[in-house]
This record gives sequence, structure tokens and C-alpha cells, in this order.
Amino acid sequence: MRYFLAAFVLLCLAVVSIAGFRGSLSRRPPLELFSDMDRQPKLRPQSANEFFADRFSSRPHPANTVPRAEPLLVGAQPVYPFEDHPVNTGMVAGTPPGATNFVELNPLPLTAELLARGQHIFSIHCLPCHGAAGDGKGVTTKYGMTVIGNLHDPRIVRQPDGEIFHVITHGRNLMQGYAAAIEPRDRWAVIAYVRALQLSHLASADEVPADQQAALRK
Amino acid sequence: MSDIFPKWTNKLPAYLLAAGAMMGTAVVAGVWYYFTPKYTRVGYQPIQPVSFSHHIHVEQLGMDCRYCHTGVEKSSHSNIPASTLCMNCHNQVLKEDPRLALVRESAATGKPIPWVWIHKTPDFVFFNHAVHVNRGISCVHCHGQINLMDEVQHAKPLSMAFCLDCHRNPEAFIRPPDQVFNLNWQPESQTKQLADGARLVREWRVEKLENCSACHR
Repeated sequence: MRYFLAAFVLLCLAVVSIAGFRGSLSRRPPLELFSDMDRQPKLRPQSANEFFADRFSSRPHPANTVPRAEPLLVGAQPVYPFEDHPVNTGMVAGTPPGATNFVELNPLPLTAELLARGQHIFSIHCLPCHGAAGDGKGVTTKYGMTVIGNLHDPRIVRQPDGEIFHVITHGRNLMQGYAAAIEPRDRWAVIAYVRALQLSHLASADEVPADQQAALRK
Repeated sequence: MSDIFPKWTNKLPAYLLAAGAMMGTAVVAGVWYYFTPKYTRVGYQPIQPVSFSHHIHVEQLGMDCRYCHTGVEKSSHSNIPASTLCMNCHNQVLKEDPRLALVRESAATGKPIPWVWIHKTPDFVFFNHAVHVNRGISCVHCHGQINLMDEVQHAKPLSMAFCLDCHRNPEAFIRPPDQVFNLNWQPESQTKQLADGARLVREWRVEKLENCSACHR
């Protein structure tokens, strides 16, 4: 019995020392003894798939096709992503490629909901560089980004809404396009919010409501 | 008979019984402790091709999860961003840094970065990111405090029991929708969490889905 006890304790110690404890760091992938149903040869997004020559499971659109999509409502009019419409391009309909015939005004009706959405998207995608106030003093200026547009620059204030849409979509100078990250409707929402930021920056102290002017002058 | 069986054999049945009981207990304890994702998955921290730090990007720079994971509110899949999105900043920040060589190459050529997939559910589980984050389940519930990780580690077991803990009792976990992407948020107290959680469950009509086809299709 003494030998058995010794062997038993040794065995337990061996298992614990080899297998370790729950939650301990491991560089090796988790063991899957029977993985046949866990790992099926089906398409999973952003995973390699041997069925296709380039191994991309997320397929690009085939040529001469349009994606099925929900239309974007401009007022009451439904607009599909493939249509030549200012809300998709920022240009007046019928503008030839390469021309810069930007629409002057945001095609979406301005609502409090659109502005709130714009603020939300701005704080995710624009704020890191352009800063919460839009003055181009975001956190990235500390890490080597030097030329960031100040959205209160008269040059940008004077730009038509369509041109700002074009910049968000395709980028300009060192800023890259955000077409993949921000949907067209959200881009227009951001533009509406940027206009509100600019308006607040250009306002004079007299425009502040009378009951809040005292707080302002403190 | 004492010539054939020596005296110590009288104790043999008791010894065998004791040894069997000990071995049995050890095997059961071992299976309980080791044959679970709490052991097999938690702590998995592979070496990634690019040493991306969530800690720097989220805590130091204050970036939102959705700057990169743009699809998480719209899609069942929370996407890894295209490497061109990294270049939004890294075309200027750490422009020549060798640690980002793979990202620059990927952005220029379209060759994917071979990220190692950590949080892998079985293929017969249909987890939908959008439906969870839009109804008050935070990233932190399944991924742990990923905002503090310099290197991503599998923090929660993601076992079926883990899912059911919440599916049976969502009011203990659901948080206000504006705090879903704030991974440092804590409820003021457990009683407040339960009260607010119960209200959100009622208002959003969150179902306590426990039927098989909720997740397995």
C-alpha cells in the first residue's frame, strides 16, 4: 500500500505539473479531440477557404453586378447604392467622372436624430485626429501626425457639403478615404454635425441665450 | 490454506477497494478540472504576426472599438479591419517601424495578414455579434478586458454553460446601451444592476432563449 500511495501521489503531481492549471498562459492552440463537427468545411467570414483559388471566403462582387441592399431614404424617395444620386456621390446627378460638380447642401433632411448620429460617428471615426472640437488637435498629433485639417479653417467652412462628402469617401492629401468604415447616410450625418461644430465656432457671445451669458463671461 | 495464501492477503480486498476509490476520485477530479474550456481555451495567447496592442489603442489613445471593428453593430461577424484602415494613421505614425512591415505590405498588395484566430466557437454555433451589442451585452462579457491587453488572451471559457448562464439570467449582465463599448464600466451596485437589467429586459423584450435552435441551426 505504501508503494501504491507513493505512485499515486507521483502520478497526480506529474499530471498537474504537465497539464498545469486553469487559465494559465498557453501559446499552443486549444486541443480539439473530435473536431469534425466543430470545424466544418463551410464558408466563415474572413477565414481562408481552399475552395477558391485566392482562398478568400469573403468574395468581392463579380463584375457587372450590384449588391442587394436596402435603399437609403432621402426624404421619402428610396435611393439604391448603385444609383447616380447626390446622396451616393456628393455630386450633382449626371456629373461625368473626374469632374467636381459638388452639391451645395446635404441631401438628407436635417433632424435632431441625424445630428445625434453625426456626433456619434464623428466621435468614433473623426475625433482621434480632428479632435472633439474639430480643430485638428486630436490625440494623434502627439504621435507624429502633423498635417491634420482644422475643420474651422475658412477653406473648409466654405467647401460645399458635397465636397466634404467626397473627402470623407475618398480622402484628401494624407487623409485616407473612409468609404469602407462609414456608410453614406452616416457620412451625411457627420457633415451635418461638422456644420454644427463650425456654426458654434463662428458664433459670437451675443448669440448665447441670455440666461447663460453670465456663465460664459465667468 | 495458510500455506497457499500468506497472511497479508486478508487485507487485499480492503486495499484494492481503497486504491480503486482513490483512482476513481482522481480521474473524476481530473476530468472535471481539465476537460472543460475553462482549462482548454482560457489562457490561449498565440503569438500574432503583428504585435498589435489593444491597450495602447484603446486606453492610451481613447479609440472606440468600432473605429476598427466597424461591422460589429450591423453584422453577425465582428470584422477584423482591412489593413488599409491601419494605414489611416500608420501612413504617418511609426511610418518606418519594422513591426508594421506586414501591415504596410498587406495594405499595398492586398495580401492578408495571417492573424491567429483566438475566440473560435464551433461551426455549429451561430453567434450574432450585432444582436448582442445592440441589446446591452458588452464586448467585455465574452472577451474580458481586452482594452487592457497588450497581447490578446482568451479570457472567458465561451462554453455552452457560459452562454446559458447569461441566457437564463440576462438582467444580471445587460447594461445601458451607451456603455456597451465602454469596457471599464461597472454597475454602481449589484442591486442596481439587477433593477436596471430587469427594466432593460422588459423594455427591449429580451427573450431568455434556451431552445436549441436559438444558437444551433
